[in-house]
Amino acid sequence: MSVSKKIVEDLVANQVSFVTTVPCKQLAGVIDEVEAQDGIYHIPANKEDEGMGLCAGAYMGGKRPAIIMQNTAIGVTVNTLVTLTQYYRMPLPMLISYRGELGEPVACQVEMAVHTKALLAQLNIPTYHFHHEDDVKEFDAILKHTFMCNKPVAILTDASFWKGY
Amino acid sequence: MIRSEIIREIAPILAEHLVVCNIGLPSQELHLIDDQPSNFYMLGTMGLSSSIGLGLALAQDKKVISIDGDGSVLTNFGTLPTIANNVADNYILLIIDNGSYGSTGDQPTYAGQRTSLTDVARACGCENVVECQAEETPAVLQQALDSNKMTVIVCKCESGNIKVPVITMDPVVIRDRFMKVVAS
Repeated sequence: MSVSKKIVEDLVANQVSFVTTVPCKQLAGVIDEVEAQDGIYHIPANKEDEGMGLCAGAYMGGKRPAIIMQNTAIGVTVNTLVTLTQYYRMPLPMLISYRGELGEPVACQVEMAVHTKALLAQLNIPTYHFHHEDDVKEFDAILKHTFMCNKPVAILTDASFWKGY
Repeated sequence: MIRSEIIREIAPILAEHLVVCNIGLPSQELHLIDDQPSNFYMLGTMGLSSSIGLGLALAQDKKVISIDGDGSVLTNFGTLPTIANNVADNYILLIIDNGSYGSTGDQPTYAGQRTSLTDVARACGCENVVECQAEETPAVLQQALDSNKMTVIVCKCESGNIKVPVITMDPVVIRDRFMKVVAS
């Protein structure tokens, strides 16, 4: 089974039914799977902080949300993560493409990659890094952990994990 | 009329529905005028009232009113295409457009100058967009609720603020009591 299919199966198995996405080339396959999944309401967002607002509303409406975005979004969403998601104690799994790692062809992506883990650590966001294809096996447990602790949780997925960019 | 007078006028209508209220003075005014567990007060995160309200409306069936400001909509302009393309007929976006950033000292916004949020909302694909004067707000809001159609209301009013205390309620308390009303 492809990692994209496995990720979306785990979302459904964990009752995640509201997913917002801002695209990245690395995430194209998993976004297609989200769109194709009947049990998930897929709502593309124009910016990641907007997407986190949508997720906050969906959560309060009784749905389990998730956001799929690129690591550059960490730079966009610090205020929202701190003053909305964390301040009101809401769960939010964040499946993040970790651009700028080994295999990256676009030099500028490395500029944000070097700050990604430091920013997440500064924000006290539990962070997991998928590098090998097998790492996807942890995704189910990470989702359970996220909805247990009511926190935003980051899953960084690099080019090696996706077998290219 | 200024924003706090509009909120006072529509408070009896708001009390019957789920309300997501914009950061700063709008939330503080609503909290002072008619605090309800069905009000979700934003204590931070400028711009996301419309997004939180839309997510909430899409996730459940109760009617949701997002109270937003012209400055906040300008901050999160991407929200209007998302609203237009994800129709939730239990959702009303009420933009109180006083042409200024009220909470920060009434600096003028572009919405009070050459930019019409009504035209922008229509151009983004929102089907039911109503522009009204402050005095008409209660009737227009009630009509929008009765229509069972997703509606964007742009309410033009004067800029100006009253003195209000900050909200000291814990955010988790605000969220918890709000979610109990949603689930009831």
